[in-house]
Amino acid sequence: MSETALRPRVGVVKFASCDGCQLQLLDLEDELLAVCEQFDIIEFAEATSARSEGPFDILFVEGSVSAPEHLPRIKALREQTKFLVAIGACATSGGIQALRNWGDHEAFRSAVYAHPEFVASLATSTPIGEHVKVDAELRGCPIDPRQLVELLTALTTGRRPQLRDEAVCMECKRAGNPCVMVIRHVPCLGQVTQAGCGAICPRFDRGCYGCFGPREQANVKGLADFLQAKARLAPADLGRLFAGFSANAEPFRAAVTGYAGAPPGVAVATNAPGDPR
Amino acid sequence: MSAMGRPEREGTPAGATVGPPVSGERRIAVGELTRVEGEGSLRLTVRDGKVVEARLGIFEAPRYFERLVVGRTPDEVIDIVARICGICPVAYQMSAVHAFEDCFGVRVDPAVRALRRLMYCGEWIESLGLHVYMLHAPDFLGYESAIAMARDHRQTVERGLALKKSGNDLIKVLGGRAIHPVSVRVGGFYRLPRRAELDAMRPALEHALEHAKATVRWTTGFAMPSFRRDMRFVAMKHPREYPFNDGRIVSNDGLDLPLTDWTQAFEEFQVEGSNALHARSKDGNGPYLLGPAARVTLCADQLHPVARALLEETGMQEMIRTNIYASIVARAVELVHATAEALDIIAAYRPPAAPMVPWQPRAGVAAWATEAPRGLCFHRYETDDAGRVVRCQIVPPTSQNQAAIEADLVHAAGDALQLPDAEATLRLEQMIRSYDPCISCATHFLDLSIEYDGEGPATGGRAS
Repeated sequence: MSETALRPRVGVVKFASCDGCQLQLLDLEDELLAVCEQFDIIEFAEATSARSEGPFDILFVEGSVSAPEHLPRIKALREQTKFLVAIGACATSGGIQALRNWGDHEAFRSAVYAHPEFVASLATSTPIGEHVKVDAELRGCPIDPRQLVELLTALTTGRRPQLRDEAVCMECKRAGNPCVMVIRHVPCLGQVTQAGCGAICPRFDRGCYGCFGPREQANVKGLADFLQAKARLAPADLGRLFAGFSANAEPFRAAVTGYAGAPPGVAVATNAPGDPR
Repeated sequence: MSAMGRPEREGTPAGATVGPPVSGERRIAVGELTRVEGEGSLRLTVRDGKVVEARLGIFEAPRYFERLVVGRTPDEVIDIVARICGICPVAYQMSAVHAFEDCFGVRVDPAVRALRRLMYCGEWIESLGLHVYMLHAPDFLGYESAIAMARDHRQTVERGLALKKSGNDLIKVLGGRAIHPVSVRVGGFYRLPRRAELDAMRPALEHALEHAKATVRWTTGFAMPSFRRDMRFVAMKHPREYPFNDGRIVSNDGLDLPLTDWTQAFEEFQVEGSNALHARSKDGNGPYLLGPAARVTLCADQLHPVARALLEETGMQEMIRTNIYASIVARAVELVHATAEALDIIAAYRPPAAPMVPWQPRAGVAAWATEAPRGLCFHRYETDDAGRVVRCQIVPPTSQNQAAIEADLVHAAGDALQLPDAEATLRLEQMIRSYDPCISCATHFLDLSIEYDGEGPATGGRAS
């Protein structure tokens, strides 16, 4: 890639989300100005009043598809983009707001709104990849700054990003943390959760709550059987464990449904999880 | 890029009507909070050359937080409500944890209380620093962003980034990560920081204090657009501390009530045509403003001596009280306070005997407010015998500030309309950013539409 005139044109956009993942970009305090020299940031509403609707060489997409206008918007953005990166649990799994996927959205709306006709909300909150092709994803709630830097570095050099495909347990062991399941007898999703956070929760003497989502071929049933047998967790509490920030990602979703029927407080519903309205 | 006119908060208490105020306490079976980050729109209605109405639309696809926490345990709620806002997750965690502890009669170790204030210092430094340097200062110096500003003012932007980083690093030490930290729980923390970990923060914070002082002097030199209004301020106030997590709710026109009783003096209501919930005081005294200008005005005596001396040195107390653009100076003064208090807390830190005290849940009402960087953030939970949430109401600062922003726009937008379209939009954007309504809205382009009532078709200008 040659020199500044040909810097990749980068956009950062959001759907339903808390803004925390795109904030990680601005929180790269030591690298931010250098990053801005490598990339031509043409759209990043959180950071600049200069606007663009594309085309983008790289587009970072935060948030889940959650409102009717999101559907045409993500498709239009995809058409303008060469390399689309979904960032964070909302964009990669639907996020915490996907807990409504188990509920009866229509009843929900009419219970909440005096004027449901004003409400622009889909029955489900779904990941970007369910609607358009995603070229890369960064997991996490929020994404990890080291993974973000690694991805940005890989993009400038055209190599594949080195993102470890392993469980949180591996990071945890390498960090030398005592296992919280063994020492503290608390449930921990580390063995079924994608690494990347640096095993923060075990380092803070608590169980992992799975915010980086399930790792490939996670043996959720094995963990659940163990917790049922050894920790005497009731099925409802097993479901509760998985009903977090990546609840909508399989096989966490199946665990929520299988053990508890639905997330805590959510009435099991007429619309099945994942069905767009 | 997004449908305009979608409301900031979608939803209303069941049974509420549109238009006239809903009196009394909110009765909701399900909650409806959605966050205010998102795109902003401003609609001005002009009649006979005068602005008669300003409608600020801040919207976000509904995420139903007040509903998502139903059925959850208090500690789960603390993790979940952080996700309302990636910029001020600590504020949501703090309002929630204090509410539950008050309800369950939990008395935490004084050192735990101090650590929570320290965590809040980190969030204030990070969030106020972000707003001053990345979002607001470019307006005063004529740049589209801090990144563009860095081309001419690299050292200044680096100073801001270093300041912000010290706040983020403080949260990281206490909570594992700067965004959505994982350490806060009812009764205390999951894990306490070691003495050495906090000591390691001191050099960076000492630099940050110098940077914060420089920020006050820098922002004091900005040319402030003319604006004069006696603003109605609401903030928490404590006799001995600058308000983070304790005190009473006060105003500069006589309100004075416990943190638990927000709903006694304030209510949320729906605005016809926007479906957005605003908040107002029940006394009929009109809109009120929260945040740095309110706190610096109402709680100047409680500022850290270093911050108070600097505020006096600026001579801008009166301007902070009456000119919203000067809120950037108030933010800078609070940056000094937060870094100075952080250093004091670290110097005095003695690790408590245990990270948490045991507690028993009970059925009841858990209500509390804390001071988010943008202002008072009120939470109210009804719990069952197991402490699980049955109902929830969360009132973020921006939904409270919205009425004041609109009233001020009616007051001041007329002057801006004398300017050419692009300049007018820039001026109005700058004014809205002065309130720090929320990050993405605050920096966002504004879709400005002006309706000339009875004077022919609407014309629109698009900023940027």
